[in-house]
Amino acid sequence: MAEFVMPSLGSDMTAGTLVLWRVAPGQVVKRGDIIAEVDTDKGVIEVEVFVSGRIEKLLVGEGTHVPVGTALAVIAEEGDPRPQPPPAAPRAAAPPEAEPAPARSLHSPTAGAPMRQRISPSARRMARELGVDFSHLAGTGPGGAITRDDVKRAAAVEPPAEADARTRMRQAIARAMTRSNREIPHYYVAHRMSFSAALEFLERTNADRIPAERLVYGALLIRAVALALCDFPELNARWENDALVMSPGIHVGMAISLRDGGLVVPAILDADRLSLDQTMGALRDRVERARRGQLRASELSQGTVTVTSLGERGVESVAGVIYPPQTALVGFGTPALRPWVVDGQVVAKPVLGMTLAGDHRASNGHRGAAFLNALEKLLSQPREL
Amino acid sequence: MIATRARALALLEQMFLIRRLEEKCAEVYSAGKIRGFLHLYIGEEAVAVGAMAALDAADNVVATYREHGHALARGLTPTAVMAEMYGKATGCSRGRGGSMHLFSTPHRFFGGHAIVGGGLPVAVGLALADSMLGREGVTACFFGDGAVDEGEFHESLNLAALWRLPVLFVCENNLYAMGTALERHESVTDLCVKPRAYGIPAENVDGMDLFAVEAATAHAVSEVRRHRSPFFLEAKTYRFRAHSMYDAEAYRSREEVAEWAQKHDPIDLAVAELTRRGLIDGAEPAAIDLRVRAAVERACEEADAAPLEPVGDLLRDVLAPEVG
Amino acid sequence: MTRSTYREAIRLALATALEADSRVLLMGEDVGRYGGAYAVSKGLLERFGPERIRDTPLSESGFLGAGIGAALGGLRPIVEIMTVNFSLLALDQVVNNAATLRHMSGGQLGVPLVVRMATGGGRQLAAQHSHSLEGWYAHVPGIKVLAPATVQDAHDMLLAALADADPVFIFEHQLLYPTEGDLDPARGPATIGQALVRREGSDVSLVTYGGSLGKALAASDELAQAGISAEVLELRTLRPLDVEAIEATVTKTHRLVIIDEGWKTGSFSAEIAALVAERVFYELDAPIARVCSAEVPIPYAKHLEDAALPQVPAIVVAAKELLGRG
Repeated sequence: MAEFVMPSLGSDMTAGTLVLWRVAPGQVVKRGDIIAEVDTDKGVIEVEVFVSGRIEKLLVGEGTHVPVGTALAVIAEEGDPRPQPPPAAPRAAAPPEAEPAPARSLHSPTAGAPMRQRISPSARRMARELGVDFSHLAGTGPGGAITRDDVKRAAAVEPPAEADARTRMRQAIARAMTRSNREIPHYYVAHRMSFSAALEFLERTNADRIPAERLVYGALLIRAVALALCDFPELNARWENDALVMSPGIHVGMAISLRDGGLVVPAILDADRLSLDQTMGALRDRVERARRGQLRASELSQGTVTVTSLGERGVESVAGVIYPPQTALVGFGTPALRPWVVDGQVVAKPVLGMTLAGDHRASNGHRGAAFLNALEKLLSQPREL
Repeated sequence: MIATRARALALLEQMFLIRRLEEKCAEVYSAGKIRGFLHLYIGEEAVAVGAMAALDAADNVVATYREHGHALARGLTPTAVMAEMYGKATGCSRGRGGSMHLFSTPHRFFGGHAIVGGGLPVAVGLALADSMLGREGVTACFFGDGAVDEGEFHESLNLAALWRLPVLFVCENNLYAMGTALERHESVTDLCVKPRAYGIPAENVDGMDLFAVEAATAHAVSEVRRHRSPFFLEAKTYRFRAHSMYDAEAYRSREEVAEWAQKHDPIDLAVAELTRRGLIDGAEPAAIDLRVRAAVERACEEADAAPLEPVGDLLRDVLAPEVG
Repeated sequence: MTRSTYREAIRLALATALEADSRVLLMGEDVGRYGGAYAVSKGLLERFGPERIRDTPLSESGFLGAGIGAALGGLRPIVEIMTVNFSLLALDQVVNNAATLRHMSGGQLGVPLVVRMATGGGRQLAAQHSHSLEGWYAHVPGIKVLAPATVQDAHDMLLAALADADPVFIFEHQLLYPTEGDLDPARGPATIGQALVRREGSDVSLVTYGGSLGKALAASDELAQAGISAEVLELRTLRPLDVEAIEATVTKTHRLVIIDEGWKTGSFSAEIAALVAERVFYELDAPIARVCSAEVPIPYAKHLEDAALPQVPAIVVAAKELLGRG
């Protein structure tokens, strides 16, 4: 038996609302299937399952707001030795326990019908007094109930006006970025390079492609970052409990700004193992789904490094804020024609500015500079990407 | 032995008072002035009156829920008793007790107990206090034949005997525990056997005979005082009315009740005995009756006119008032 | 200030009272020659004699009722009932007489009676010697119900009970008798009806009494290690109840766990929960949690008995759940 729990879709996510079940009890699912949609501070996200088996029971009704880690469904895994009871059959009685059993949760939401939003009496009174609209607040109390602390936080962060989804997303971003600036000692190294080889490569490659299959230079940047990171594991890591933990895979998170002012960072998993075309496909997919609000859980929580490109905005460079608990963020400016010296001659060349924001606990400037040099080398030979 | 004419007439008057007051109770109960349970003592008056006559002011009395007679014989006024039954503030328990719970500390009248057998341990304790504090008092504890079935009866007799306490147990055996006849609730119907098993001397007496009860009680009390140990007196008696106000009396025949009332009415018997002894003349009982009826009427009027306890005082006397 | 066991503290208070007031007597099963089933009255017979350290027959109703009568008659009796389970045989005298006589007599009578008894489980004594029924007693107006949990209170509450004009029932958890603590014999009678904060805290209130105080304090230690600041309020008196202290702690922490060795259904914990819901509902930041005995006659076998009674881990879990950390 496995439990399908409310995933943590970001380091600051403490609770989420189950919006929709895509499966019903009795249904067979396989690892990777999307089985639910969850509303978080960052919008509605599709959540996938990490085991294969049969949905035994749904524990939480649609519309329920629960803390991260709350069991949402029970899944009988493939190869479970016990015979599968029919979906509606009552569960076998638990075996007698010799040890005093810990008290069963008093406050777990019951399965079935959606429940009204939970808010403690005290929090309700406080919300009224402070003029906080709690209808969209995320509760951190038992059963996801809104507590006094939740209301206090809401009153401190937001104006008493209604807290819509956008505001909540800004709050989430605010929490993550505030934490980053508070906890992470950032250092920055910047570099500029000629981007003409890359642009020429793109022009040649795209010449005989239909628009839907054309490459954009962002794909080159992601591909290059992924490959460069292979030699710089400390930049593809997490700082946890005062220790550096290397990430087992290179999952490049790409910052995507949304039209409503929001920001999401879905990850391209195992980006170092994708071809350039696959990288392009992934990039396109992430952007489209981000704009539709249909990102998957793992994509949001599993990034190991972040790439932000403000290429369309006409800036020379961007020195970003690291998304905790990651240890690095690579920022790219707009490739623009600039005076460039080639063989002692000043010529006009497209120049790309790139900046590494590094966590000084995980790495130092020397390594950061070496990383940018490696990146330049990769982007100068785009055919190798 | 009731020595003087004045004293004899006083006891006769008490019996009349109990009889007329209870008849009035039945009347005003029917009019709705008295509510709750109302257990009438009519027919048994000689027991209370005869027994109380043998007690001193320093003695304690513990009675049952059929205790109007005991209260009046002990000296509570008809007004205090009637007002209590009317639920008035001037009642002897300030309207908190009603018919079943008459109390008066000046009379050392410790109630008014409506759990059958429940008063016996309390009586033992009162006697324990007298004993340990070196007082001469006797505690007279009244109960019915039904109480003999209760565990508390046996526990109390054992304790009183074991600790040699001055308790006079007075069993008013009216032959019925509510509606269950003696032979249907006692395996051994000679009730005196039971106290003797605990080493307590026991006698029985005709409870319809005022003078016999008075004499037997006087003897019993003197034994208690002399030995500072318990005594058991069984008064064989009969109640002429229902167990409580009204019942269908399916458990006994009308003929049985009529025969007792005709042949054994304790007031008739007392008047006859006093006449026989030449202590009373033919007109006196009627005069007493008239006087008593007037007293009862007056008690009813006073009870009627008396104030109710304010509801604001509802929670009074649950605990002792806070001091300071 | 001296060190004393709970048992010795009661004995000292008994001796002090017997010494100070000739109207005081102790009566109960085996309080004299045997020295008390829990050895509380050991040695008192020799000092005060068989009249005042009075062995009784096994007649709970008889001798508790006699205690009532003796109190009416001017003595200050202390009745020891061996355990709360046996007290059921005397319940008629408690509920129908001790609790009612003052009121039923319109205030003429008073019953200054002290009744002590052992309560609670934890010694593998099975279902007829392990129950916690003090909540039942606390249901009854007209009596006072005390549950000393500390050595000092064991001493001071007995003195307070003896100074009281009404029937006072003292419930002594049987696991407490051998426990040791500081005792200042000169502190004087405890205040009946006063709860005490035994540990200050800010995140959650653990409200308890009697034998569960130690468990609540242990749970609060454990919670502190998890960064949770638990306040422990010991009720001390179940009737009259210090409602203000309960309101104050809930108003302070906004979260309430009640620990009560009685069964949950219809229990004293239910009374506290109801009071809080009635009076400080808008202070609650989480549902009220209760840790009570399982709904089973307390079983004999150790592991089963442990599982039936409130234990520290269950208190910790309950408190954490209220903080959304279940």
